Amino acid sequence: MLDVIRAELRKLRRPTLFLGTMGAVVFFSGLFSALLYLLIDSPQGNADRGQVISREVLALASGGVQGFANVGGFLGIIALCVFAAQTAQEYTYGTLRNLLVRQPSRMKILLGKLIAMKLFALIMIIFSAIISIGTSVVLAPTVDVSTDLWFSSEGIEFIYTTFLNVTISVVGFGIIGMVLGLLLRSPISGISFGVLWLLIVENLLVAVENSTQSWLPGSQLTIIATGGSADVPYTQALATGGAYVAVGALVASILFLRRDVAN
Amino acid sequence: MVNTAISVSDLSKKYDDRLAVSHINFEVPLGTVCGFVGPNGSGKTTTMRMLLGLITPTTGHGHILGEPIEHPEKYLSRVGAMIEGPAFYPALSGHENLMVLARLGGFPAERVQTLLEKVGLGDRGKSKYKTYSLGMKQRLGIAAALLPEPKLLMLDEPTNGLDPEGIQEVRALLRDLANDGTTVFVSSHLLSELEIISDHIVMLRKGEIVFAGPIEDLMTKQQPIIIAKTLNHADLSHIAEIAEKSGHHAVIRDDAVHISAPIEWAPTLNRAAFDAGITLAQLAPQLPNLEETFFEMTGDK
Repeated sequence: MLDVIRAELRKLRRPTLFLGTMGAVVFFSGLFSALLYLLIDSPQGNADRGQVISREVLALASGGVQGFANVGGFLGIIALCVFAAQTAQEYTYGTLRNLLVRQPSRMKILLGKLIAMKLFALIMIIFSAIISIGTSVVLAPTVDVSTDLWFSSEGIEFIYTTFLNVTISVVGFGIIGMVLGLLLRSPISGISFGVLWLLIVENLLVAVENSTQSWLPGSQLTIIATGGSADVPYTQALATGGAYVAVGALVASILFLRRDVAN
Repeated sequence: MVNTAISVSDLSKKYDDRLAVSHINFEVPLGTVCGFVGPNGSGKTTTMRMLLGLITPTTGHGHILGEPIEHPEKYLSRVGAMIEGPAFYPALSGHENLMVLARLGGFPAERVQTLLEKVGLGDRGKSKYKTYSLGMKQRLGIAAALLPEPKLLMLDEPTNGLDPEGIQEVRALLRDLANDGTTVFVSSHLLSELEIISDHIVMLRKGEIVFAGPIEDLMTKQQPIIIAKTLNHADLSHIAEIAEKSGHHAVIRDDAVHISAPIEWAPTLNRAAFDAGITLAQLAPQLPNLEETFFEMTGDK
């Protein structure tokens, strides 16, 4: 298993993929956190879907990780793209047959890939946390937001909890990407379908009928990252989102284990 | 003690209504070079995929190095393969691509550079795969197949895209491997190359075995041809008549008569021509080569 993980990491660490992804993570993590402070007095709001997060809320112990939690859903989209591309490319390049000749246990290939991509996602999340919290620390004093509670014991606990929630959410998105890659066997199809569904279809459905966010898969995973929302409690999002991920992973795994490698 | 590298019995693969491989049986002895030939779409690659555990047979059984093909994990660590051309990650270098496979199979990393040198890519190992020519990609595919120091090497069209020098190198490499005890199971469209290096031949047509066995058996099964040329072109038809009267099929092609007859009949023809006052300019008994045999047996031309 360790050999499979190391082999997969060799592919993931290629500069164009690694530096490109981390660059995007750094940029968007900084942007999401910066906008919280730069637009704090904007009537259009300073967070997702026009929400207003006030100075008082940002000054709470959870304020330091507000930007990090908000970027969680976006990190999820990045993970979905990376996981889908890394999985589906084995079919488009025809490299899956090489992998299976060298490691005939398909379950080991699948798990090794998943673990390696989770490690990649973890690095992404660590980068994002550092940039998000760092940006918040730098910008908060400029708009009179107190940071006194951010690094109190309660604040540290919020950092850990948010880090865990964002990780669960990002890995969930990533597994959905992997499932799409396995099912559609094409990076472009997998990414297009995933991004189209999560960014457009789900957003439209939620805009038309707000109650759909209590069961749509992307909404569940985004809500997990923020630790729950006013409409959907954290545990409900965790259970529903987890069910989507588990069923998808099960179906895709069975297909991967049984399907002929004929291309 | 197992003495066959590959043995299959009643092996079939059906895709929907199409039978890609139909109840084939053949054996490849250990330590031989076995040519796997057949027209496009005859089922060669499908057979190789079944032998490597990539696709599940519809019927039948097989053994690779004594292990059942239902358990590829028991033999793949001793098998090297390149199926349907080389397939690698374009953004990684040749060296990195081999490292991925070396890690995956648990092979020593030092072997990668050795193999790159062996296939003539020692100085291009750090270049990205996407910058390689077709011949270089093919060489990298062969290097990947050699990673496990295989007891059985399965190569699908390994000389595609190689220049004559490269083809000669691959031929020598395969022969060397066989001399060292590696069994080589190789498909190629270059039948003249296979004829030179193969000890055995497995011939497929429309998913069915046409011939499987030692190449000598295949060639001796073929009717030899006696080619006769006369000093006077007008005498060719007379020679053809002599042959037909003796019960041998004769055809005039260009400036010679091609007679399907045993080689031993050549002296008889020589005497008959002399008695008829015909001077023969050439009398050459000839066995058909693998390519001619292939076309005759597969009915491809």
